[in-house]
Amino acid sequence: MVELFENKANYKVIGTRPVRHDGVDKVTGRAVYGADVKVPGLIWGEVLRSTEVHAKIKSIDTSAAEKFPGVIAVMTHDDLATPGRDTTRNGLNDVDREFFNIMAKDKVMYKGHVIAAVAAIDRNTAQEAVRKIKVEYEKLQPVTNVDDAVAKNAPILLDDLIGDHLGEDVKNTNIATHFRHEFGNVEEGFESADLIVDKEVTLQMVHQGYIEPHNATAIWNEDNKVTVWSSTQGSFGVRDQTAKFIGLPPSSVRVNYSEIGGGFGGKTKVYLSPIAAILSKKSNGRPVKIVMDRPSVFQATGPAPGGKVRVKMGVTNEGKITAAHATIRYEAGAYPGSAVNAGAICIFACYEMPASRIDGYDIVVNKPKSAAYRAPGSPQAAFAIETVIDEICDQKGWDKIQFRLDNAAKKGTRRGDGVLLEKIGFEESLQAAQKSEHWNSDIGKSKEGKLRGRGLACGYWMNGGGLSTCDLMLTDDGTVMMNEGSADIGGTRASIAMQAAEVLGLSAEDIKPTIPDTDSIGYTGMTGGSRTTFATGYAAYLAAQSMVDQLKSRVAILWELNEDDIDFNEGFFTSNDQELKISIKELSGKLESTGGPVSSTASVNMAAGGNGYAVHICDLEIDPETGKTDVVRYTAIQDVGKAIHPSYAEGQIQGGVVQGIGWALNEEYYLHPDGSMANHSFLDYRMPTCLDMPMIETIMVEVPNPNHPYGVRGVGEVTLAPPIAAASNAVKDATNKRILEQPIKPSRILKAIRD
Amino acid sequence: MHPFNYVAPKTVEEAVNVLEKHGDKARPLAGGTDLLVQARGNKWDLEAVVDVKKIPEAMKLEASDDGLIIGSGVPCYQIYENEEVKKHYAGIVDGAFIIGGIQIQSRAAIGGNLCNAAPSGDAICPLIVYGATANIAGPNGERKIAVEDFCIGPGKTVIKNGELLVSISVPKPAKRSGAAYERFIPRNEMDIAVAAVAVSVVIDNTGENFESVNIALASVGPTPIVARKASDYLAGKPINDASISEAASIAKDEASPISDMRGTIEHRKHLIEVITNRMIKESVKRARG
Repeated sequence: MVELFENKANYKVIGTRPVRHDGVDKVTGRAVYGADVKVPGLIWGEVLRSTEVHAKIKSIDTSAAEKFPGVIAVMTHDDLATPGRDTTRNGLNDVDREFFNIMAKDKVMYKGHVIAAVAAIDRNTAQEAVRKIKVEYEKLQPVTNVDDAVAKNAPILLDDLIGDHLGEDVKNTNIATHFRHEFGNVEEGFESADLIVDKEVTLQMVHQGYIEPHNATAIWNEDNKVTVWSSTQGSFGVRDQTAKFIGLPPSSVRVNYSEIGGGFGGKTKVYLSPIAAILSKKSNGRPVKIVMDRPSVFQATGPAPGGKVRVKMGVTNEGKITAAHATIRYEAGAYPGSAVNAGAICIFACYEMPASRIDGYDIVVNKPKSAAYRAPGSPQAAFAIETVIDEICDQKGWDKIQFRLDNAAKKGTRRGDGVLLEKIGFEESLQAAQKSEHWNSDIGKSKEGKLRGRGLACGYWMNGGGLSTCDLMLTDDGTVMMNEGSADIGGTRASIAMQAAEVLGLSAEDIKPTIPDTDSIGYTGMTGGSRTTFATGYAAYLAAQSMVDQLKSRVAILWELNEDDIDFNEGFFTSNDQELKISIKELSGKLESTGGPVSSTASVNMAAGGNGYAVHICDLEIDPETGKTDVVRYTAIQDVGKAIHPSYAEGQIQGGVVQGIGWALNEEYYLHPDGSMANHSFLDYRMPTCLDMPMIETIMVEVPNPNHPYGVRGVGEVTLAPPIAAASNAVKDATNKRILEQPIKPSRILKAIRD
Repeated sequence: MHPFNYVAPKTVEEAVNVLEKHGDKARPLAGGTDLLVQARGNKWDLEAVVDVKKIPEAMKLEASDDGLIIGSGVPCYQIYENEEVKKHYAGIVDGAFIIGGIQIQSRAAIGGNLCNAAPSGDAICPLIVYGATANIAGPNGERKIAVEDFCIGPGKTVIKNGELLVSISVPKPAKRSGAAYERFIPRNEMDIAVAAVAVSVVIDNTGENFESVNIALASVGPTPIVARKASDYLAGKPINDASISEAASIAKDEASPISDMRGTIEHRKHLIEVITNRMIKESVKRARG
């Protein structure tokens, strides 16, 4: 377990803004992304996807594809390894179900579900050949939302699913899990309230919308060793999942790191690597590459769940929360495992209350299996709770920040799932919002005939810890080569290297970070949960401390002193009682004569992250004749713990806001009547462009995380929690109408205004 | 996508020969910004694409006292950067300027937009209100057809197998005339019209009355719609809020949209009324200079 750290104020490297180590490669186009991988003898794979939303597969005829000129191999589900079938009490466990998500066996669960695959001499041939595969379906009634899924006589999507409903085993259900967190006396709390507000919000699935599509290249060697390249947030996750699906031990699979063109949680799952590996095996070891097209990314890779979130909250006339009850129902997609657990942790985490009840439901529907998306589960929850808080303040005429301050979570507050919070910075963030120029500014004059409104909303994300490894090697020119295991999706090479540099008294540029393959670094979990700068950064800190200790022994040899008599400060070794001084740079040239090269390594398992809080202020302008909405000003206030690299921390905050604004105003999985996704292109999946965004202002609050030597909390995710609610509350302010259905699109705004 | 031939003829005749030979398995290629996307989506069983950009007539952009000739392969940027076009055909510039981003505008052609025949095509309604004509070449020689009659369904036009849209002729606008086009999209750029309206007006020499008006609606029917009743209503009417509002309301009833991922029937009809009103006013403003 990590000890508590006292925070230092003066840093040499932490808090500065060096150019990222991967910057030149990325801006010159030299960086190698997954889809750039080329190896000798490469052939192409392509998958056949279901045209049906919900159907039994009666037969698959691959004979025409096998005979198609240029085809080298064809595969179906039966070519994957047999699932472990180590059934838990909840039927198949979620990982085992991924066997059927990667490639359908007896039934398809959503349009775009993979059914078969081919490998051929080139991509066009593979695409033509895969269309020759004939699939006979028996159509089944699709279920595409949580209400339909729990209706009486709803079609049961997974015959073998045993639901866990408050601890009871339930068969014939689409509710995979119903859990409850409760403390205090909720009924008494509502009875003692002077005002109760009860609202339910509805959300559609939304996609992360990363630019780079999923891809994989695999070689199955004759000695049953498999090499994989894939765009991923975690090479070890790809290694372990691929190994399982192809029936090899993890040590037989080596995953090479490649740069990643966006992930946001969506590149934590494996879709193509096992297929590419099996196709390679069936092609006598030819390397096989598969790249998804955009419709497949939308239709068949994990979006954030849609669903319904209801919050009932009681308050006294004195402005204190007496009790709250949340009912969170998320669409898991085709197989169990939505982010409802995380949503339940987050939903009340901003507020202190004497009584709380949270019911969570994980519900199976005929849509792609949901995946993580930046603070998974929290934005939907925040939409509900922050709408209710806004409504309470509106009805009572209370100041929206003061009410939150009066009920704010702080050290010792019990989170809805029972955890007692450590030192957090929510009050400080609210105070920063209260003092901000934006909050105190006039909303500004709108263009003729337009309506303006201002909304405020808060959000929470717990931030992760977990497993990380970092190796350091001192070079004889005084620089330090760094291997670390975390995929760099947001500038973490820099933020990790800077922590090692701070310890060693070197500059950020003196540390040369590399992200090696899975054979060449200790286990490191995926980049997700805002854990990387926190956990891998801590591994770098420890490895650097270890290097300092080793170097002290070298200095002791040089100076013929005891190690205990040597101090280290800001890059220099000094002796206690003599006028001796040597820098790491000088010492690096004297390694050979003092025992040889110096390297160090550290691996960590960090128990908890740092509890991130955000407060957002959104000004928007509405054309009441058309319903068109423009965000005209936006400020994101966030407790970042300590911004290791302020520019990249700000970039994370801004990026999350942009995604959140898209989620709030226009993005959604729009379904055809048959339940398939209609808008599976960037043209019609309306993400914001730079023309739709004002400059996102950021205010970083730094309340250091006591569980990290530099106070890091993690910054990348909580920024996505408040925007839907902030925009929605701004629409209410502008129009006096509350729209409880996301996206808050022009047609809905117009309808609300005109009703 | 399976292999197909790329042909770049230098004359209209040569192009027509290739198109005739391959029938429905050949498509003309202008900018390719629609064609290539659709080819990848296996919309056609292609044997040949026939690039029009080596044909002089298809690359001509010429404004004279007789009007404007736009070759079918002329990219959008050439249209909105041309001083004569900007001066006399502002409504056409409005459309060309909002098709895609700069990269797309450097390739995409007005002629291609017309032949793609999307109900939302941003170039089409402006051409209609200017009274433009399509010049078509085919195995049996040339024929002309009004742009308002060119589209016959989503993605469907009067062009037959073996035929090629060579150019579009736009008559020189009358004195005291103005035109404008605007679409509604939920974002600010890079989107497809939920509803859109082009208007052209000619005002009388007092400047107080409409002489004639053309109104065309996009994205609210299977093809661009000429709002004839609304246009006729305004002819001879005084220019004021009442007459303009009434025409916008008539135009709304001439729209027959569907509900889909881009918008609802209710929203689209309402938008037609709002945008028609705004475009009439903008056209009047331009006509008055």
